[in-house]
Amino acid sequence: MRAILLYILLLLMAKMVDARNITVHQQSAIRTIRQALALAKDGDTIRVTAGVYREKGLVIKKSIVLTGINYPVIDGEYRYEVIAVRADAVTIEGMKVINSGISSMDDFAGIKIYNSSHVIIRNNVLSNTFFGIYSQLGNNCVIENNQLTSFSKNEQQSGNGIHCWKSDSMQITNNRISGHRDGIYFEFVTHSIISRNIAEKNLRYGLHFMFSSNDSYLNNQFRNNGAGVAVMFSHHVTMLNNLFTQSWGDAAYGILLKEISDSRIESNQFVENTVAIFLEGANRIKVQKNRFQSNGWAMKIQASCMDITVIGNNFLSNTFDVGTNGSLVLNTFSQNYWDKYEGYDLDKNNRGDIPYRPVSMYAVIVERNPTAMILFRSFMTSLFDKTEKLIPSLTPENLKDASPLMKPLKL
Amino acid sequence: MIIATNVSKQFGKLKVLDNLSVTCNQGECIALIGPNGSGKTTFIKAILGMVICNSGFITFNGKNIKNNWQYREQIGYMPQIGRYPDNMSIGQLLTMMKDIRSGNENGTDEELFYAFGLDKILDKRMRTLSGGTRQKVSAVLAFLFNPQVIILDEPTAGLDPVAAEILKAKIIKEKENGKLILITSHILSELDDLVTQIIYIQDGKLCFQQSVDALQKTTGQIRLSKVIATIMTQNLLVP
Amino acid sequence: MKYVIIDILRNKIVLAYTIFLLLLSFMLFGLEDNTTKGLLGLLNILLIIVPMICIVFSTIYIYNSAEFIELLVSQPLTRSRIWLSLFAGMAFSLSLAFLIGAGIPLLIFVPDITGITMLFTGLLLSIIFIAIALLASVKTRDKAKGIGVAILLWLYFSLLFDGIVLFLLFQFADYPMEKPMILISTLNPIDLGRILILLKMDIAALLGYTGAVFQQFFGTLWGQATSFIILLLWTLIPLWISVRRFNHKDL
Repeated sequence: MRAILLYILLLLMAKMVDARNITVHQQSAIRTIRQALALAKDGDTIRVTAGVYREKGLVIKKSIVLTGINYPVIDGEYRYEVIAVRADAVTIEGMKVINSGISSMDDFAGIKIYNSSHVIIRNNVLSNTFFGIYSQLGNNCVIENNQLTSFSKNEQQSGNGIHCWKSDSMQITNNRISGHRDGIYFEFVTHSIISRNIAEKNLRYGLHFMFSSNDSYLNNQFRNNGAGVAVMFSHHVTMLNNLFTQSWGDAAYGILLKEISDSRIESNQFVENTVAIFLEGANRIKVQKNRFQSNGWAMKIQASCMDITVIGNNFLSNTFDVGTNGSLVLNTFSQNYWDKYEGYDLDKNNRGDIPYRPVSMYAVIVERNPTAMILFRSFMTSLFDKTEKLIPSLTPENLKDASPLMKPLKL
Repeated sequence: MIIATNVSKQFGKLKVLDNLSVTCNQGECIALIGPNGSGKTTFIKAILGMVICNSGFITFNGKNIKNNWQYREQIGYMPQIGRYPDNMSIGQLLTMMKDIRSGNENGTDEELFYAFGLDKILDKRMRTLSGGTRQKVSAVLAFLFNPQVIILDEPTAGLDPVAAEILKAKIIKEKENGKLILITSHILSELDDLVTQIIYIQDGKLCFQQSVDALQKTTGQIRLSKVIATIMTQNLLVP
Repeated sequence: MKYVIIDILRNKIVLAYTIFLLLLSFMLFGLEDNTTKGLLGLLNILLIIVPMICIVFSTIYIYNSAEFIELLVSQPLTRSRIWLSLFAGMAFSLSLAFLIGAGIPLLIFVPDITGITMLFTGLLLSIIFIAIALLASVKTRDKAKGIGVAILLWLYFSLLFDGIVLFLLFQFADYPMEKPMILISTLNPIDLGRILILLKMDIAALLGYTGAVFQQFFGTLWGQATSFIILLLWTLIPLWISVRRFNHKDL
């Protein structure tokens, strides 16, 4: 085993020694990238100088490095898939890819990885592409420091920023994605890490997760996307240190969790979302150390959820803390700070002595009759809430935090 | 000067003024008398435009007073109970009234003001004044702008005898100045030296309007209270 | 007229009202570490206490000045002018009280669009309820009855109306009620003011369901202008009716 590895390593080194540089320049003999690709061998580096290249669909079938100098523009003329990668260990960097084809039949992309591994795509600028960077059956690929901008008007006519399908061990790091349908789209992707990306102003979701398990996303910012972030039909997903903000609208959520199990949501910030976390059919989710601030609803937990543990979070200035549609509650709330808590702490252990009920009566009313929202904060509704606190009738009996904190946690 | 023609006023079902017609001329001092609830005050309020007649009309110097307000420049009115904004001082009240009647061309007459000694308590708030002092303020205001017509509703009620005498003297003086003065009072004795004419109203109807001289002749009595009593008992209703 | 203003400003109740508002606002903002809670408390004051004080105080003031009004009527002044002066005097004094009592804390602690919207709404509500008080007191002669009517009106606008609306909402739960609701909300100045503030404060939640409809109407410049015009109408129409009534009233 070790011998084989050594052999590969030697082979690689031999190749590197052997590697050549090919420069593409519009005033030289090698005027197009296509020409360079034809000349290149595995391990070569193709240097592309600044200029506009209309290559009518590049296909990379060799393990080469494609480097742009001063961001040469590769124009897909709205008709082609701009760059297709069909070889392992390809690196594409410093390119400016624009105007990919748009089709409802084919998933045209700015850069598309077909069934390859160890592909690195970094420091590129993609503008006005249908799909941005597309990985189909890729594994161990790195997509980092790219900037993806599109100008889609509606969901039908737009593709996703970074789209991964049936891929594994992907690293999506430090990209900026805006104006696409979904910022980052994962379907059947496993063992991958999404970190330090910024997805904003995408039409649908900032991040869209389907059937993808054992993945983590860390330190990302999701801002002002049409419907926030959706995580569906997956398990063992870790969400840490992300910022979810300004997901505003009828069906917009900071995170929409649907059929998710065994996952962690920790140390995230949810600010100014219509619904910060929406859970439907979720099981065994741990929500910990998050900050919920100025959201319409901090959490909406449908009755189909079980074993959701909400511990040690700060709930600040939310219109409603928790909303639910049923009366049966199989979830645990404990040791959170609720700014609406009005209890007292006689034994000075920094835990309130009476439980806090995060579902207000009016939240229940609004759940049943959404238009009633127009009466919110009127004298009558505050009376309702006050009476409900004294004599609970409409709100679920078991949904309570038995030991609410008196002071906010430092998060 | 003031002519009321067929004036009627109803408050709900109650007829307060019923087809009342009177004429009041300059230089007269007319006493409006009648039992309680006979409609005296309502009639005064009708003249002042505070009550709006259901039918009939009132003219002032030949002009209908309906929808007219300038004629009130020529009227000084002293109400039965004078109440003023609590937090205003006498001085402020006077300044305010002067402001309101800044269009007044008759000059001001501050005789009563000094006679009542109000100049010494200019800074007192209205709230702190006694009923009598308030009456004094009302009287001062009625005469202040030298109007052609002065209407006094129970002027001496609540005034101390000294002040009442001062006021009477003032009324006589103004009558001699050729002003029309209308007085209502229950206390007939104090009207004795003042009035030249009597309008007697009962149940909103005019019983008679006669000069005091003529009345004294027909009844053979001199004192006003006696005159009225005689008329009442003998039913000498003079048309 | 300036004399009404002088009189009211010297009034102990107005002074107390100012101080009460000031203390309460500072307390609300001072005690709570997040301004949202303070803002909420102030919102309750603005929607409940301010209209109540305005309507009750104005009604009592009108009745207490009945004789003074009589005196003024006997003067060479038009009745409309007297009545409008009264209104202007009260509107100015109570607005000033509100500005000092609630405006200063608002501008110190929440100097953003929410604070300014609250300030404007509070001012408009003060003026509207003075106009309504004028209407209530011109219609009833008896003082006790007049004050009773004023309190009932306040109760209606701050509580009963919403109760009826909620009842209607559940009765007609199967129909799309969003657009009729916009119309209904214009029938109550307190509701309209509250929605304007809500749109600034709870924008996220409002966008939840029906929010889109509300936002489309109230959120646009046109909708906000309409709302403010409707609030102004709420001042002008009662005022106008009361002036007409007062012009024909027997004193």
